[in-house]
Amino acid sequence: MSNLFNKESWNEILEALSANWFRTLLTAFGVFWGIFILVILLAAGKGLENGVKQGFSGIATNTAFMWTQQTSKPFKGMPEGRRFNYRNGDVPALWEKFPDLRFISPRNQLGGWQGANNVIRGLKTGAFTVYGDMPEFINQQPMDIIEGRFINQNDIKENRKVAVIGQGVIDGLYEKGEPVIGSYIKINGVNFSVVGVYKKKGNSGGNQEEGMKDIFTPFTTFQRAFNFGDIVGWMAITAKDNASITELLPQIKDVLKSRHKIHPDDDRAIGSFDLYQEFSKVNGLFTILGVISYFVGILILISGVIGIGNIMLIVVKERTKEIGVRRALGATPWDIRSQILLEAIFLTIISGMAGIALASGLLKIIEILMRGMDTSEMMFANPSVGLGVVIAALLILIVSGLFAGMIPAQIAIKVKPVDALRTE
Amino acid sequence: MIEIKDLHKSYKMGSNSLHVLKGINFSVKEGDFVSIMGSSGSGKSTLLNILGILDEADKGEYWLDGVLIKNLNEKVAARYRNKFLGFIFQSFNLINYKTALENVSLPLYYQGVKSKERTEKAMHYLDKVGLASWSHHTPNELSGGQKQRVAIARALASDPKVLLADEPTGALDSKTSYEVMEIIQNINDEGKTIIVVTHEHDIAQMTKRIVHLKDGLVTDDTAVNQIRASAYV
Repeated sequence: MSNLFNKESWNEILEALSANWFRTLLTAFGVFWGIFILVILLAAGKGLENGVKQGFSGIATNTAFMWTQQTSKPFKGMPEGRRFNYRNGDVPALWEKFPDLRFISPRNQLGGWQGANNVIRGLKTGAFTVYGDMPEFINQQPMDIIEGRFINQNDIKENRKVAVIGQGVIDGLYEKGEPVIGSYIKINGVNFSVVGVYKKKGNSGGNQEEGMKDIFTPFTTFQRAFNFGDIVGWMAITAKDNASITELLPQIKDVLKSRHKIHPDDDRAIGSFDLYQEFSKVNGLFTILGVISYFVGILILISGVIGIGNIMLIVVKERTKEIGVRRALGATPWDIRSQILLEAIFLTIISGMAGIALASGLLKIIEILMRGMDTSEMMFANPSVGLGVVIAALLILIVSGLFAGMIPAQIAIKVKPVDALRTE
Repeated sequence: MIEIKDLHKSYKMGSNSLHVLKGINFSVKEGDFVSIMGSSGSGKSTLLNILGILDEADKGEYWLDGVLIKNLNEKVAARYRNKFLGFIFQSFNLINYKTALENVSLPLYYQGVKSKERTEKAMHYLDKVGLASWSHHTPNELSGGQKQRVAIARALASDPKVLLADEPTGALDSKTSYEVMEIIQNINDEGKTIIVVTHEHDIAQMTKRIVHLKDGLVTDDTAVNQIRASAYV
């Protein structure tokens, strides 16, 4: 091992490698290219992952949505096919039973896809989706409030008739440059004061345009103004970070079933969407993508390493006589072996470093080019590789360099000195 | 210095084996200057390889400076070669991409001598063969005689007990041959034991003793009146 830190042995290696520098360069290119592809692949995968996860950005992924459907089993004298609704009372009941929950947001909705015109402002009318929401909802499906504010607790307490609208609504109801905050819009005949403008984050909502056409009003005001009584249309439930919503969801459903006289085995009465499961699927997808990137990258790298091994074999063959001379002069087998191994590793690492450097440079350029762009709609953002990946790549290089040198080194010392000296 | 008793060596050539050395008895005292002569196939190169621990005998004993050379592993063999022996080859066997100085320091490198000391020693031996001013030239910038002188300096660098020369003048013209032999004679004068394999009579006459080999046996072992190479130059 002392050879590793010996200036002389490095001199020997440099001399040997530069003796035929063009061939050395060509050989090095194989590994250079392999590691370059590996890093670029991993970075591209990361970029795609960043881009897609941006869609989830800030969304509490530990969240599930629950709505009501028709019962599918008769229970306690009630027929199957019965419709039911959640009630306001369900929310405190769930809080009481499930301390691990972070948010329970009851929601109501008016209008929707292809709905009739339901909002009027002055001479303009439009069809928008109107939600009744609790203030916490902004934590579950984050939006940027670009003007004014979101619904707050006082709105809920005092049943204020306020609304938070999106760009889609502004486009439909306002002239260009008109002030929005403080203006009034009439939803189903009830006047609401606009207190905020939001901009949706991410792209998980599918249609961005549709998403910006939502109007948010306080949950309590909504129930009163539009005669919902204490009906809750659906709920968005988020668990605390240390609990899993996927595990809690069946228990929550059981509680709701017992509260609404539904057969405990009736699986179709409550509809739900588990965001966390979806998120896990996406996560799993990127794990697989990462594995594939490594797989492909390493395969390419291996072909480069085989190239180095190949050249080292030729080098050993060419230098058989030199090796014989060195052994006659007192080189031990270990001297010979370590020199060839070090040559192979050195070549691998140098070319690998060059590959990593070039790939990083390319990524930097891409980053600079992408800096000015709004990546929120691109499914691709910030392609990069972590230090961990670089270190892993280096380790792979060292190991593969060892492999590349192993066989040639073994062949080099297998030749008896007397035979080595005899070769021409 | 060297003691050989009943040395046998045969090579496998396909199905039949070739008996090259058939019981050599031979000894060399310290400071001796021996030439081994014989026609090709007489076994002189094989004998030299065994003396150089590059090859091993099948049977018999080989004592080098009081050490029995037998069943050595490669590591020990390498150490003995480095410590006891200096090699001079017919085709010089210098490493082409190294300068004369680097070639000479190579045995010292394998001895683990520090860089500075190595260069000093190598310079000293290059100076001894008269090539100090050529120290930074690579072998292909040197003439045959110069190359062989570098090789001699290299063989001397590790200060070995015995110098083994395999046809040292085989690739040189007579004039340079004599120059090289003069250097070798001077080294012998300083007390170094030298064994030369040659088939040239005039070269053999410049040693102190001629051993004739024929068909793997010593047929003749006589002391000679050494002729100084300087007489020819």
